[in-house]
Amino acid sequence: MTDATAPIGAGQGSLIQQDSRTAKRNAAEKRFKMYGLAAVCVGIAMLIMLVTSILSNGVSAFFQTTIQIMVELPEEKLDKSGVRDPEVMAKVTTFGYAPLLRDGLQKTLEDNGIETELSAKDAADLISDESVAQLRRYVLANPELIGQTIPVEVLASGRIDGFYKGRVTYESAELDSNVSPEQLDLAEALKGADLLKTGFNWRFFTAPDASVTRPEAAGLGVAIIGSFYMMLIVLCLALPIGVAASIYLEEFAPQNRFTDLIEVNISNLAAVPSIVFGILGLAIFINFAGLPQSAPIVGGLVLTLMTLPTIIIATRASLKSVPPSIRDAALGLGASKMQAVFHHVLPLAMPGILTGTIIGLAQALGETAPLLLIGMVAFVREYPAGPPEGLFDPATALPVQIFNFTQRSDPAFVERASGAIIVLLLFLLIMNLTAIFLRRRFERRW
Amino acid sequence: MSLPMILLALAVLGTVSFILSRKRAIASVGGDARRLHSLPTYYGMHGLLMAMIPAAGLLVAWLVIQPLMLERSIAADFPESAIPEGSTIGLVMSDVRRVADALDRVADQGALAGRSLEELEAVIADGGTAMGADLSDALLTAANDYRAARGSLNMIMLVAVFAVGLIGAAWAWKRSEGEFRARNVVETGVLILLVAAASIAILTTLGIVLSMLFETMNFFQQYDWKRFFLSATWDPSFSGRGGGSELGIIPLLWGTLYISLIALIVSVPIGLFAAIYLSEYAGKKFRSIAKPLIEILAGIPTIVYGLFALITVGPMLRDAIASPLGLGSSASSVMTAGLVMGIMLIPFVSSLSDDIINAVPQAMRDGSLGLGATQSETIKQVIIPAALPGIVGAVLLAASRAIGETMIVVLGAGAAAKLDLNPFEAMTTVTVKIVSQLTGDTDFASPETLVAFALGLTLFVITLGLNVLALYIVRKYREQYE
Repeated sequence: MTDATAPIGAGQGSLIQQDSRTAKRNAAEKRFKMYGLAAVCVGIAMLIMLVTSILSNGVSAFFQTTIQIMVELPEEKLDKSGVRDPEVMAKVTTFGYAPLLRDGLQKTLEDNGIETELSAKDAADLISDESVAQLRRYVLANPELIGQTIPVEVLASGRIDGFYKGRVTYESAELDSNVSPEQLDLAEALKGADLLKTGFNWRFFTAPDASVTRPEAAGLGVAIIGSFYMMLIVLCLALPIGVAASIYLEEFAPQNRFTDLIEVNISNLAAVPSIVFGILGLAIFINFAGLPQSAPIVGGLVLTLMTLPTIIIATRASLKSVPPSIRDAALGLGASKMQAVFHHVLPLAMPGILTGTIIGLAQALGETAPLLLIGMVAFVREYPAGPPEGLFDPATALPVQIFNFTQRSDPAFVERASGAIIVLLLFLLIMNLTAIFLRRRFERRW
Repeated sequence: MSLPMILLALAVLGTVSFILSRKRAIASVGGDARRLHSLPTYYGMHGLLMAMIPAAGLLVAWLVIQPLMLERSIAADFPESAIPEGSTIGLVMSDVRRVADALDRVADQGALAGRSLEELEAVIADGGTAMGADLSDALLTAANDYRAARGSLNMIMLVAVFAVGLIGAAWAWKRSEGEFRARNVVETGVLILLVAAASIAILTTLGIVLSMLFETMNFFQQYDWKRFFLSATWDPSFSGRGGGSELGIIPLLWGTLYISLIALIVSVPIGLFAAIYLSEYAGKKFRSIAKPLIEILAGIPTIVYGLFALITVGPMLRDAIASPLGLGSSASSVMTAGLVMGIMLIPFVSSLSDDIINAVPQAMRDGSLGLGATQSETIKQVIIPAALPGIVGAVLLAASRAIGETMIVVLGAGAAAKLDLNPFEAMTTVTVKIVSQLTGDTDFASPETLVAFALGLTLFVITLGLNVLALYIVRKYREQYE
C-alpha cells in the first residue's frame, strides 16, 4: 500500500528499465519464493535421508550367511534306549548336541582339505549357538535319521555374518573378543570351498526372537502374528463401533448437550498422546479387569480405543458427502429414517468408510508407546496359539520388537531393527495403497 | 465354558429365535405377509435382539462386577497376620489370583491332590507364574476359596445369562403376531445400540481420567504433592532399598519443553514455508508430486523416527558438532530428539497451515494484487495476518504433539534427568519416565511406580489444555470468513 502512494516522478518510471525500488521488490519476491522452495526441498530431503538410512542399514537383514556341514548322528549319544521315542530322546539336552556340530565341522574341513590352526572349539565358534537347538529340534522331529550322517545347513555366527555384510573387518576382529582374524580366514576358506553361502533370509519372517547373544537367529515370526491378531481385534471392534457412533452423530443425534459432549470427547481423544492410552490399558484392562499382560487382546483393545476417533472422523465425512437427495428420495418412497440410512446412505458411504478404516489400522499397526506399558516388551519365543485362545497368549508386536532390538548392544541388532522397519513400512505401504486404490476406484463425486 | 464359546452359543440362540419369531409372525396372518404390520424380517430381528442384547448386557455387567465382589469377600476373610511384612492386601490378592489361575491350569491335568506346599510352589513356578511372595498356607487357602467361589459363580452366571436369553426369545416369539409393530421396536433397539456406541468416546475419556486420578491420589498419599511439583531433582531409588526417592517433575518438564521448543523451531518455519509455496506458488504438477511426498512423513511410525535418531542423527550430530566444540560426547541429546521430532512435525504443520491459507478468501488476494503488491507482499501483509489465528492454533496443536511424543525421545533423548541449557546434553522427558517407571517389574504399592500415573495425568492435562485452546482459536477464526 505504501508503494502506491510513494512519490514517483512522472519521468522516472520506465517499463523497460527497472528502477532500484522495483528491482529491490522483485528481488525480495524471488528470495521469498526461494525460501518456500527450499522448505519443500528440505522436507523431501529429510524423507529421502530417512529412507536411505533405514534401507542402507536394513537391507542386509534379508540375507543370511549359512554353512553347509555334514553331521553324524550317533545312536549311542542321542538315543541310548534305541526306541526312537522323541519323549525319551528329549532327555538329551543341547549340551549333548553341541559336540556333534563341532565334530561335524572338523570332518567337513578334513573332507574338503581345509587346514586351520584353530582349535576345534574356536572353529566351532563360526557356527551360531542357535544351530544346536535347531539340530536338536530337527532330530526330535525326525528320529529315523539317527545313526546316519546328514548334511545340515547351519547359521553362521553373528560376527561371521557381519563379515560378509561389511560390518566386521580384519581390523575390527583384532580388537574383538568374539571373533579373531584366523576365524575370518577359515570362513574365507569355507567360502572358497563353496560351503559358506549367503542367501535370502526366510527365517527373518518366520523365526521367533532370539537371545541377546544370537542376533543371527532373531526373526519376526511372533511379532508378525501378534500384530496380525491385534489388527484383527481392532478391525472387528473399531469398525462396527466407529460406524455406529458416526451414524448416530451424523444422522440421528439431536442438537443438545449430550451430543456436544460426545463431539468434544471425540475430538479430544484424537489428540490425546498415545502413551496415555497405554496407561489406560494398564490400569483398566490389566489391573482392573485382570486380563493377562503382553496379550494381543489387551493391545487390540487399547489400539481400538486409539483408532476409534480416526474411523469416526473419516466415516462422518463420508456420510456427510452423500447428498441429502438420496435420503429424501428414500423417505419419500415411504422408507423409515433407519431404512433410508442403512439401505441407501451407508452403502454409498462404504468406500470412504473403508478407506478411513484402513488408514486407522495403518496408524495402529505402527503404534509403539502404549504397547510398551501393557507388557508387550517381554521376551517371547513361543508362538501364540490360534485364535481365539491365542489372543490371550503372550506375544509381541512389530514396532515393539523393533524397539526391543534397539535396546541390545550387539550392532547386528541395528541391522535387524532396520530390517524389521522395512517389513513394517512394506505392510504400511500395502495398506495405504489399498486405501488409495479403494478411493480412486469406488469414490463417487456428487 | 470359555467366553468365546458363550458368545457363540448366544449367537446360535439368537439365530434360532430369529427363525422362530419370523415363522410365527407369518403363520399368524395365514402366510400372507402383506397383512403384517412390518416386513417379516423385522419380526425375526426382534426375536434376535430380544434373545441376545439383554443376555449379552448381563454377561458384560457380571464379568465386570464379579471379580470386584469376589476379591472383596476373599480379602475380608484373609487373616491380617498372614500378610507378609512390607506387603499390602492388594498385592496379596494379586498373588491369590495368580495362584488360583496357576492351580486351575494344573488341575486340568489332574495332578493336584495331596501335594505339599513346596511341591505346589514348584508346579506353579513350572507353569510360568511369577509370584510376589512365598506360598503360605493362608495364601493357598485363600486361593482355593477363590477358585471354588469363582467356579460356582461362573456356573450361576452361565445359567442366568442363558435364562435371560431364553426368556427374551420366548417373549419375542409370543409377541410376533400380525398387529405387533416389530419395525418400530427394532428401530428403537438399533437406535439405543447406536447411542451406546457413540457413548464409548465418553467412557474412554472417563476411563482415562478416573484411572489416572485414582492412582495419582494413591501416589500423593505416599508422597507430598508439593515435593512432586516443586522439587528440582529426579532420583528414584528402586523399591526394596527403602524410601528416599526424590521425584520432582521439574527436570522432566524442562527436558520436555526444551525438546519441544527445538522441534517447533525446526518444524514451524519449514512447514509454514512449504505450505505457502505449495498453495501459492507451486504449479499443479509440482504440487501433485511434492505434497504427497511430504505427507508420507506423517504416515511413518514414530518408532522409525526413533531409530533414525538413534543410529543416524545422534552419531552425526555428536561427531560433527558436539565433540569438536566440546559440548558433549553423548549421541542421545536434546538436539537429536528435537531435530528428529521437528522432521516428524513438518507435514503436520504444513497440512494444517495449508488448510488455513486456503481458507483465506480469494478476494483478499485479488484486492492486494490489484493494488500492485507483489505476491510475496500479498502473502506477508495480507494472507499471513488474516490466517494468523489459525496458524497459531496449528502451532499449538504441533506443540501438544511434541509434548506427548514418546518413541523419539525414548530412543533419542537419553534417560538422565537434568536441568541444563546445553542442547547437546542428554536429558529426559515426562513420557520417557512414564515408560521407564511402568515397564519391567512394577509394584503398584510403591511411589516409584505410582509416580508414572501422576506424570501421565500432568501430561494429559497439559496436552488437553493446549488442544482445547488450539481448537477454540481455530474455530473462532474459521467463523470469521464463513
